[in-house]
Amino acid sequence: MEIINLEVDFLVVGGGTAGCMAAVKAKQKSPDSSVLVLEKANIRRSGAIAMGMDGVNTAVIPGNSTPEQYVREITIANDGILDQSAVHKTGLLGFDVIQELEEWGVKFQKDNEGKYDLKQVHRVGKYVLPMPEGKDLKKILSRQVKRNKIKVINRVMATRVLTQNGRAIGITGLDVRSGDMYVIKSKAILLCTGACGRLGLPASGYLYGTYENPTNAGDGYSMAYQAGAKLSNIECFQINPLIKDYNGPACAYVASPFGAYTANASGNRFISCDYWSGQMMLEVWRELNSGQGPVHLKMYHLDESTISEIETILFDNERPSRERFHAGRGENYRRDGVEMNISEIGLCSGHSASGVQVDEFMRTSIPGLYAAGDMANVPHNYMIGAFVSGRVAAEHAMDYIKDIDHGDVDSDFINTEKERLLAPLNNPNGIPHTQVEYKLRRFVNDYLQPPKSPKNMKIGLEKFIDYKNVIDELGARDPHELMRCMEIHFIRDCAEMAAKASLYRTESRWGLYHYRLDFPNRNDEEWMCNTIIKKSLDNNEMTIFKEDLKPYLFDVNLNEEKYDVSVA
Amino acid sequence: MALTSNRVDVPVIVDESKCLDKCKACIEVCPLDVLAKNPDTGKAYMKYDECWFCLPCEKECPVGAITVQIPFLLR
Repeated sequence: MEIINLEVDFLVVGGGTAGCMAAVKAKQKSPDSSVLVLEKANIRRSGAIAMGMDGVNTAVIPGNSTPEQYVREITIANDGILDQSAVHKTGLLGFDVIQELEEWGVKFQKDNEGKYDLKQVHRVGKYVLPMPEGKDLKKILSRQVKRNKIKVINRVMATRVLTQNGRAIGITGLDVRSGDMYVIKSKAILLCTGACGRLGLPASGYLYGTYENPTNAGDGYSMAYQAGAKLSNIECFQINPLIKDYNGPACAYVASPFGAYTANASGNRFISCDYWSGQMMLEVWRELNSGQGPVHLKMYHLDESTISEIETILFDNERPSRERFHAGRGENYRRDGVEMNISEIGLCSGHSASGVQVDEFMRTSIPGLYAAGDMANVPHNYMIGAFVSGRVAAEHAMDYIKDIDHGDVDSDFINTEKERLLAPLNNPNGIPHTQVEYKLRRFVNDYLQPPKSPKNMKIGLEKFIDYKNVIDELGARDPHELMRCMEIHFIRDCAEMAAKASLYRTESRWGLYHYRLDFPNRNDEEWMCNTIIKKSLDNNEMTIFKEDLKPYLFDVNLNEEKYDVSVA
Repeated sequence: MALTSNRVDVPVIVDESKCLDKCKACIEVCPLDVLAKNPDTGKAYMKYDECWFCLPCEKECPVGAITVQIPFLLR
């Protein structure tokens, strides 16, 4: 294992939606600075939008909605737990991002008058902007990275954040093909490694049959935690209503503006709005537990031309293999509903609201360390939020680094990390990563899948802590297998945090995301606050505590405005 | 520890009669990095059963040598 040392001004860890935008914005703001994108896959097709995206969910377009209206809606949808100033950024800058993407060649849907063709999918307000031709989004982004002459290193996975006196000064990484170790010093670091999409085990049993791109194993959640950063509201899981077995979105967002809707076994509506929320998921769970399942996305009542149009979008974008999935089962939207199921759990602030705590400049609690995209806790942030948070982080970081010198790397830390990386390779006949990961994620299902029970979660927490010993038995025969082994460390950290946070918040909130059977009601008096997880730097123990919400920018009366999507 | 190897029905099927020896398009673009060249034949194959059935390999293959099936457990 060679050690490769590098030094840059600004390091972007993860070349997905947020990372590509961040790199471009950093370079534009400070052309003489060295910017590096580190990517565990290849930025041409990596991250959550590897195969494009069929629409934007959080488009605040002047004339249709205001940033204030958007912040109010997300405040209500997220049961009041948020930093409004960070969500406000998505509302303020999203339109700018959309216009810039258009200049880059991304096409958004417009009406006959040339205006953005916004659709209502949220409970209140039109924020969904279709992109029927969004399949090449990632190629367009990576072209911009190239055009701005930004250095990219593909196939290197970051493993740890380096700190010095509480400041982030670099990262360690693993070349997943050569097995070499990277030590990269940087004046500021942006973590944007996506969701923890490999937390629960899909019902199919296939480890990589996940909703999120399975490369996103919670890397950033774990690295930020290990570096001593704060993470917030990890008990607010990501759980989605997905195509059963296939585990991709049924895409009511796309289909509902055409007249499709989520229906129960009788073909009737049971939710009033198709926007994903914990409250919506709780309605799905109740429907399935009332003998009215399975639920399905219903299109069979629509006419041929409408169904064809929906198919053109769904079979071309985001998860295009769904066409062959349905074909293999002899299913046709003209006749059959799209059978849906409740997904396994994950962590993702892009969809729900758990992640590394950030302020409105995407600063984490560690100076020099920023977070953006799905892993940064800006609730319901989706793709536009990823672009905005990447841009905001980069622009702030380029000011921050002006008066900063590189730190000094602790050689003991590097040696310890090298040993951690070498351990599975030195044990080639150890337990394969597939089995170790399978069992860990099955425990996640067994003990953490909502509704949550206290004793279950306690058993889960103990098992996840004990699992450190199982990880010690991992064996890897090549650098690729080593990558998967190191990802299990990330997944285990996320599982422990998910159990710890879920036990701590003794109330129910966010619908199914944090539905506790022993505390079934929301308790604003005690729990209208953040829960913060942080590693104690004294004894390396996981600590958890309450923290006040930041004052709201816009008053919202949460007693009067309850997020209710049930159909009476 | 004793290890055994199991037969697995893999999602990525390569038509070796079409696959170009010097081309690595599919290998470079796979997010999960599961594809490799068989050193004996020079043809691409699925080395690790870790597929997201996302299709970049199939779309970016210049000669249409790749077909991605939905993994058996999901099919």
